Amino acid sequence: MSQHHDNIAHDEHGHAEGMDKKGIWRIFFVLLALTAVEFLIALGFVHHWQILAKGALVNTIYIVLTLVKAYYIVAYFMHLKFEKSSFIVTVSIVFIFIIYFIILMLTEGNFLLNELHPHQLWENK
Amino acid sequence: MSTTVSQLDEVKTGPWNGGKSPWNLEYGKIMMWFFLVGDAFTFSAFLVYYGTQRFAHSTWPDADKIFQSIPGIAEHGQPLVFVGIMTFILIMSSVTMVLAVEAGHRNSKNEVVKWMLWTILGGICFVGCQAIEWTHLHHAGFWFGQNPGTGLEGDAIKDALQPYFTHDISYTSALQFANLFFTITGFHGFHVTVGIILNIIVLCMTLNNTFQNRGSYLMIEKVGLYWHFVDLVWVFVFTFFYLV
Repeated sequence: MSQHHDNIAHDEHGHAEGMDKKGIWRIFFVLLALTAVEFLIALGFVHHWQILAKGALVNTIYIVLTLVKAYYIVAYFMHLKFEKSSFIVTVSIVFIFIIYFIILMLTEGNFLLNELHPHQLWENK
Repeated sequence: MSTTVSQLDEVKTGPWNGGKSPWNLEYGKIMMWFFLVGDAFTFSAFLVYYGTQRFAHSTWPDADKIFQSIPGIAEHGQPLVFVGIMTFILIMSSVTMVLAVEAGHRNSKNEVVKWMLWTILGGICFVGCQAIEWTHLHHAGFWFGQNPGTGLEGDAIKDALQPYFTHDISYTSALQFANLFFTITGFHGFHVTVGIILNIIVLCMTLNNTFQNRGSYLMIEKVGLYWHFVDLVWVFVFTFFYLV
């Protein structure tokens, strides 16, 4: 029973240490920089200078940058990084099913591309 | 009398042995997290279906060609710029939301009010931009179950869709694009709208001194979690609809 002092209201101030104003703006600039890199690739390298073509490589870069941004939002803005590790596991482990679902459905889409009766296509030009 | 306690009688002190909150989180906050996990599944299902459709079609409309306008500035030739502004607005409103939460930790009512007002303004700007984007696409002929080629015959369909494709032209994939774009951005916009309403409610409660009297601004944190989630979803929607 002596553990009772360790309640939520007490820990409120302990939580605050995770993010001060400086930390918040630092995360903002990380997110801004990552978005700027995405735009540099999309508008600069792909659209304007045409150094890179749309395809697997560029898409992989976009997805990696997106996941990094998602990490920063969830970990710092949503404060998940500073919660108890058992809570972090509880809310994140279920996304294993989403990874499985992505693999499953993209395989299915690939199958449909080859097996479904073809839709009418017009050649461009 | 022996003072040693047998192992079975020892009081356990682990986080899950009772007497304290194992996660150190308030009930409502845990439930908000669980709701958001469920909501993430809904959005994942939408986006995974979108991915399936793209894999199932040999051709797809080119986002660079569909999203080209900046309302009031340029009608054509500026791909991605307008959605870039929208993305910036939403990230910015997420930052002002964390600043409101941070001010809440310090029990500073005036700062909470200030940052909540900026957050609400950001949300309204975002929904407004999305309304403009929808109107623009609707005028171009895209809508639920409808694309610029709908109602036309033969090669007229091809000519109507030609501006939106880089590779082969397909009526079906343009139709799927329209359906999925309006469904997914619509569902996201609905979330933003709900978020704005929640933000306005907690702003009123702050002005009403509800949290001041309660001694905790925890409600701002809970609404903040929802607001960041909306931003998080947009990060993915932006990547898969506008970049990939």
